[in-house]
Amino acid sequence: MNDLRDLFFQECDDLVESLTSGLGDLESGAHDAETINAMFRAVHSIKGGAGAFGLDRLIAFAHAFENVLDDIRSDKLQVNETNLPLLFTAGDHLSDLVEAARGECEIENDMGASILSDLKLLSQSVGGGALMDDAPEPEFEPLALDMGFDLPDLGTPQAAASGYAITFAASAELYATGHDPALLFRALGALGEVHASADVDAVPELGDSDWRTPVLRWTLTLTPDDGIDEAALREVFEFVDGLCTLEITAPSAPPDLPDLLPLADPPDTPAPAAADAPVKPSPPPSDPPAAARPSKSDSARTATIRVDLQRVDRLINLVGELVISEAMLRQSMSELPHSASSKTVEEAMGQLKQLSGVIQESVMAIRAQPVRSLFQRMSRTVRETAREAGKQARLVTLGDATEVDKTVTERLVEPLTHMIRNAVDHGLETPEARRAAGKDERGTVTLEAAHRSGRVVITLRDDGAGIDRRKVRQVAEQKGLVRPEDDLTEADIDNLLFRPGFSTASEVSNLSGRGVGMDVVRSEIQALGGRVTLQSMPGQGTQVTISLPLTLAVLEGMVVSVAGESLVVPTLALRETLQPGQARIDAFCDDDRVLTLGHELIPIVDLGLALGYRATPADLDSLSLLLIEGDSGRRTALAVDAIVDQREVVIKGLEQNYRPIPGIAAATILGDGKIALIVDTDQMISRPGDGPSPAALLPDPTRIAHHA
Amino acid sequence: MTHKILAVDDSRTIRAMLKTVLVNAGFRVDLAEDGIDGLEKLDAAAPDLVITDINMPRLDGFGFIEGARARSRHAAVPILVLTTESGPDLKQRARDAGATGWIVKPFDEAKLISVINRLVI
Repeated sequence: MNDLRDLFFQECDDLVESLTSGLGDLESGAHDAETINAMFRAVHSIKGGAGAFGLDRLIAFAHAFENVLDDIRSDKLQVNETNLPLLFTAGDHLSDLVEAARGECEIENDMGASILSDLKLLSQSVGGGALMDDAPEPEFEPLALDMGFDLPDLGTPQAAASGYAITFAASAELYATGHDPALLFRALGALGEVHASADVDAVPELGDSDWRTPVLRWTLTLTPDDGIDEAALREVFEFVDGLCTLEITAPSAPPDLPDLLPLADPPDTPAPAAADAPVKPSPPPSDPPAAARPSKSDSARTATIRVDLQRVDRLINLVGELVISEAMLRQSMSELPHSASSKTVEEAMGQLKQLSGVIQESVMAIRAQPVRSLFQRMSRTVRETAREAGKQARLVTLGDATEVDKTVTERLVEPLTHMIRNAVDHGLETPEARRAAGKDERGTVTLEAAHRSGRVVITLRDDGAGIDRRKVRQVAEQKGLVRPEDDLTEADIDNLLFRPGFSTASEVSNLSGRGVGMDVVRSEIQALGGRVTLQSMPGQGTQVTISLPLTLAVLEGMVVSVAGESLVVPTLALRETLQPGQARIDAFCDDDRVLTLGHELIPIVDLGLALGYRATPADLDSLSLLLIEGDSGRRTALAVDAIVDQREVVIKGLEQNYRPIPGIAAATILGDGKIALIVDTDQMISRPGDGPSPAALLPDPTRIAHHA
Repeated sequence: MTHKILAVDDSRTIRAMLKTVLVNAGFRVDLAEDGIDGLEKLDAAAPDLVITDINMPRLDGFGFIEGARARSRHAAVPILVLTTESGPDLKQRARDAGATGWIVKPFDEAKLISVINRLVI
């Protein structure tokens, strides 16, 4: 939770800065509509964050300030020499309030009171403030973060009145049949909030113990989530019935009695109500001097400096060049005749290579940020979508310390928001339907990030109804995306959701159907060098997996030659390589030829032909084949003249320097200084319904429409 | 790390079904055809959980479970019995052999996965 706070205050620093710079522009007259917009957003964001932490004074002040800025934004209020000073004062006071909240100090009440009332007067004078009611908007309900279930929590036995009281002791046979009390408790944790404490009194001295007889007893309390009854609780113990002593006592009173607790508890134990709010109790207002800068904040602040992003990017670019120069140098060295000094030079080269690798990694790490803030934004999306869609949902986040390139996190916001809306709106069932299916009325959406083999994998799971494949297929056929006779696997059908022009929602839903389909999600992820896959289990839910490169700057690729040109095929998509003569190639209809691999027929794309390097097909028997696999699991063999080698290449975008080329993802500079194009493998893979023709580069929907 | 499950069943259909269901649910799956095969594959598979049929040629499920429990490496692995038999007798016999839990065929996918998830660490 403290991480969250740090993050919020770090963000506040940025927001206050952008507010201040906007005020400066207002004063110098160098402002435009975007200046005011940026200022409004800054104050609005501070208000939003403050809402999550229950910082009431900050909320109230930011709210009034925001109203004034909104009036300016909508031209109801003109900035002039009379009101500009008030705006500056308000900006300063906002900054003070942030600092006070950071240091958990109070500042004297009437300090801000006059500014606050002046702000209110200002917006009332132009009939403003009507846009936003004085009461904070409902969207700022505090974040309720589900922190999951930690075992063992021995510290806080809870009042039994708030939930089921469970006593549990295992027999030796329970352990002998592969059970583990910790797993039972974990299963309880899925039903609600669990507190467990172990009674260790019966544990004998070391040495004189009969280790065959279990002696631990546990006392647990379970505060069940909505819709969890005793039967669900007993089901957890289904298999250990008779293998343990188990007593379950139902709640003796309704679980909403936290008001009484502070009276009974010593003051150092936080009452449940206070535990919900992530703010530590403030010291009495009289304690610190009113306007004193909180000294605590300076030490608590993480030692960071803020650097212009452009400078970092320039550094990253230069390091990329360094890596290329190093590769060029190494290549030239290898072409020189051996001499007596070769060995020392080689050693030095090795060191240089290692160093440039480390420098590259370190520079990339500058841009790396934990996905935490991204994930936290999503919890709000879940709440709002659930409310609008009449669903009950909670978000569980895992691995939010995983670090990802800043650009990647930024560009993930939109696709992820859309996916979450989809998961809640389309994935989760209504509470009634869930109850009927024997599920918890409240659906769970799980967002997880992890590093896996040099990539970042983000998974979004819901425990909803899963994809209705029959309906998906039906819709796809109606829309002409596939033909009735096409033989589609379940994965193929699931992946139809990613096709442009597909939308199952019978009427466009207000929430997820904002004109953005899953195809846009996919193309955005692909633009980041990532891939999306989708798995669904009927009745169990749907899982969308996004796999992304750690950085957008380097890529592992196979260098191949085609018609005298060097091309790079990303190894990510590569499954297998076949030398000339290794492959079994059969003729298919017309001129098409397919690779026969086991029982599978795989279309062959002559890369030279597909990219226009040659006009006539080459003799496939003399070519090497690269077997590539797309997101849908469909495979294609790329025919190339020769495979040169495998290496890391620095990606140089084509779009900003030239223009997008179909079939080409980007370019790079090879060790010998030559430019090589990076093949967009996904565009090379034919889709169900395409037939085995290699010309997959044509825009998809039109092509399919002809068939239908 | 994904969990590995060893599924022991003499029916090819059930093996294929289990494999599909379990792989879809994100598990790695090893298959064995009967109790003997299962015991032979235990060490190499090192499963996090075992699912076994009862009626199988050569060595039945009870024998397989007893054999597994007798190997100290697998003494604590959760073992689920998957069988068409039901009744209190089965429960007792399975437990006597050392089974962790039981599921009656035809199995409900959702139930199977939720039970497995409850039993693997």
